[in-house]
Amino acid sequence: MLDFWKNALRDLGKVGVAYIIITVGAWLVFMILIPQLIMFDYSFRPMLALRDIGGPKDIWTLKNYIVFFTNKLHMAIFFKTIWSSLIVTSVALAICYPIAFYLAKVARGATIGLLMLGLIIPYWINELLRLFAWQIILADSGILNTLLIFLKIIADPLNFRAGNSAVILGMTYAYILFMVFPLYNVMESLDRNQLDAARDLGASWLRIHRRIIIPHAKPGIAVGCTMTFMLAAGTVAAPQLLGSPSSFWFTQVINTNFECANWNQGAAYATVLMLLCLIFMFILLKIFKVGLKELTQ
Amino acid sequence: MKSKSIFRIVVGCYLALFFAYMFLPLIFMTIIAFNANNVPQITPWKGFTFMWFGELAKDEQMWSALVNSFIVAFSVVAISVPIGLGGALLLTRLQFKARDFVYGVLVSPILTPGIILGISTFLFWDSYMNVTGGLWTAILGQATFITSYCMLLIMSRAQRFDLTQEEAAFDLGATHGQVFWRITLPFLRPALISSVALAFMQSFDNYNTTLFAIGVEQTLPIYIGTKLRSFISPAMNALAVIFIALTIIGAITYEYRRRHETIKAG
Amino acid sequence: MGQDVEIVDVSMRFGDLYAVRNINVHIEAGEFFSFLGPSGCGKTTLLRLVSGFMDPTKGQIKIDGKDMIGIGSNNRPTAMIFQNLALFPLMTVTENIGFGLEVRSVPKAKRIKKVEELIELVDLHSAGNRKVSELSGGQMQRVAIARALAVNPAVLLLDEPLSALDLKLRHHMRAELRNIQRRTGVTFIYITHDQTEALTMSDRVGVMSIGELEQVTTPDAIYNNPATAFVASFVGESNRLQGTISSIDGEYAVLNTATGQFSCKNPQRLSQGENATIFIRPETVFMTKESNAPNLLTCGIQNLSFEGAYAVVTLKTEQGQLLTMRLNNDGTATRIKAGENVKVTFNRKNAFLLKNGDSSNA
Repeated sequence: MLDFWKNALRDLGKVGVAYIIITVGAWLVFMILIPQLIMFDYSFRPMLALRDIGGPKDIWTLKNYIVFFTNKLHMAIFFKTIWSSLIVTSVALAICYPIAFYLAKVARGATIGLLMLGLIIPYWINELLRLFAWQIILADSGILNTLLIFLKIIADPLNFRAGNSAVILGMTYAYILFMVFPLYNVMESLDRNQLDAARDLGASWLRIHRRIIIPHAKPGIAVGCTMTFMLAAGTVAAPQLLGSPSSFWFTQVINTNFECANWNQGAAYATVLMLLCLIFMFILLKIFKVGLKELTQ
Repeated sequence: MKSKSIFRIVVGCYLALFFAYMFLPLIFMTIIAFNANNVPQITPWKGFTFMWFGELAKDEQMWSALVNSFIVAFSVVAISVPIGLGGALLLTRLQFKARDFVYGVLVSPILTPGIILGISTFLFWDSYMNVTGGLWTAILGQATFITSYCMLLIMSRAQRFDLTQEEAAFDLGATHGQVFWRITLPFLRPALISSVALAFMQSFDNYNTTLFAIGVEQTLPIYIGTKLRSFISPAMNALAVIFIALTIIGAITYEYRRRHETIKAG
Repeated sequence: MGQDVEIVDVSMRFGDLYAVRNINVHIEAGEFFSFLGPSGCGKTTLLRLVSGFMDPTKGQIKIDGKDMIGIGSNNRPTAMIFQNLALFPLMTVTENIGFGLEVRSVPKAKRIKKVEELIELVDLHSAGNRKVSELSGGQMQRVAIARALAVNPAVLLLDEPLSALDLKLRHHMRAELRNIQRRTGVTFIYITHDQTEALTMSDRVGVMSIGELEQVTTPDAIYNNPATAFVASFVGESNRLQGTISSIDGEYAVLNTATGQFSCKNPQRLSQGENATIFIRPETVFMTKESNAPNLLTCGIQNLSFEGAYAVVTLKTEQGQLLTMRLNNDGTATRIKAGENVKVTFNRKNAFLLKNGDSSNA
């Protein structure tokens, strides 16, 4: 222990060590740990009027969680959110895999730069505005409906916003980058010679993907899926803009709780959401046999 | 070979479709901004106009939200980059047993859904510190995870640093401060600059965390969100056009400077 | 001007391993001293202890009589030249050399003058404004030297600085370093695994093996009077004959080996009955016509190769022992052929009896 401090002071000096302790300490304690713990604490306490806090009614209770687990509607929404997020993740993966592969292994020289730019530029535009674009496209008088009617495929405009499709579509659009880049990064590191060798030995492309590329790309797939799922399950913007009351998202339920000033309930629901994300992440790590360390892009 | 050209066509189509998917919505948005139609749509087209830009400029709420966005973004940069630097130094320079664990904890904000960061920050400051939700809580909520990004960015640069340079500088008589200022910092500078840019953009754009942390105040994304849920007007398209234009200008400048750098480096 | 360095009973432990153990040596002021040894012998650790990057677990390091424990590398009168040179890549040559002066707040005019002087000293004219990355290997070396000398160190520490250079440049730099050392009078502590370097440049050499100092003496004595089996086998080539000591004769001893009885020097004062090895340098073996010369070996010539300035002859005794003999280019070698039998001998003053310790495979 003492050796550690000796070396630290020798390497970084008194000011350096103090700087690190203060900055990282403040961040760790006051921004990461304590707020989180307080949220947990809130979730275990009942909603009380201001004067009752600290008094006899302020007890630890599982009530908020029980309310959640017994509320059929909320449970339905919860599972629906999970299911839809999984769809978003799968669709994103399916769409992005070829793109990432093309970018990493097939495209050459200047094309790469151009395609990258083409991927990144849309993402510099605010997520809400991009979702707004889909809001317009999918509206009753929107382009999609107008086109379909024009082509005489349908007679009346379809309400795309009923049900989840709009939300799913919008989310996929919004989070593609988070799936492409981890995939691209990991594919890029695959030695091109391996692919050539496999071709040379007579393997079909399907087999090459299955036996060489996908195993190598596992960390990237894990990262991409984790981030996409968590963004999908945890976002508020897309459901708010593209959803309808019948496609309520779990995060919106949390929001409602807060709007009604029932912070305790909201905290409990938020904790459930967090647990969901953690569990998903661990499941994914296990499936892909990836370590936590490799998750950093 | 025939199969090869068929393959090429398929690939070409896929790419075309993909990028159409990415860009068409934006193109539509831009067109609509100039349509003198009260309802933001392409059809029916009621004539070319700049009036929506005018309406946008008159929106006081928008301006105040914009100002808030800048205040929050600058503050987040001021917090996230120095702390990210501290974290990067901690994890790359010091050896201790719990290092991997600490690394995991410091990176966890990235893996936490934004709304949870917003909620927890809000609850902490509102109940225990008696600071009601507002710009301050939004800044802290955002900084919690943006610092993690900055830290990762700086770390990847710091890991490639040749420590013997610091030893040489010490050996020549420099103090810790001099070594850091003249040797280490110049090396880290590119990563620090990227961090500033990244932090600024992530803060400016943030919605999920800010929504829950900010109480009744508004940053630009919050304003947009509220507006889009209540009363849709092509003024929002005008705003989108401005964003798109700025992005394109930014991209061109970036690409230009990058080409310029590579030419200079020979 | 140079100062002396006293290393008193220094040991350095990392966990359970000793990098260096019980090192005692006094390096004189103004001396060019080399630590010679194979990789892992601890010489780099020793250098870092002297320069102040770490403090020894045991023992003291004194420079000019002052104890250096607890004093960091930036406060010791030492300057180090690193193996990878560690030049500052974002600075020019002038800025690199002037760095030590900058951090001492030397006024600009004085600094510029001193940097110019040093550029002259190390022969780097007109390279002043170049970025370090544009220089050749030899030029970078000289920048490193100039940078270190700029802070007027009393002791200059060099960590195998020439290992990355090609042969010709290395020869050239050896002479230059020696010159610079003589002109400035700074104490040089040089570490290397290359024995030619150590022997040609140094006033004294300390041979190290697995963390311990085997012998400290002049290059001549290291070569001609090795004190341990390790030194004898690490430095230069040797013929080895193993056996048991049959008798002692003052400074000399007689060893009973499978190839016969041989008389040689006994520097370690070994006793009768002990097992030991005789080390004989190939150039001290010579042919003889006298059949009753002491230390006589009758051998067949296995191989004869001319290597220009000398010839190397491989001999095999009746008992199968292989020996190497080196002949100067004086015509002797032309008179013999492979396959012939010859009688060879050596003077007992040129052979050493040393305990079979941890001899290197050099």
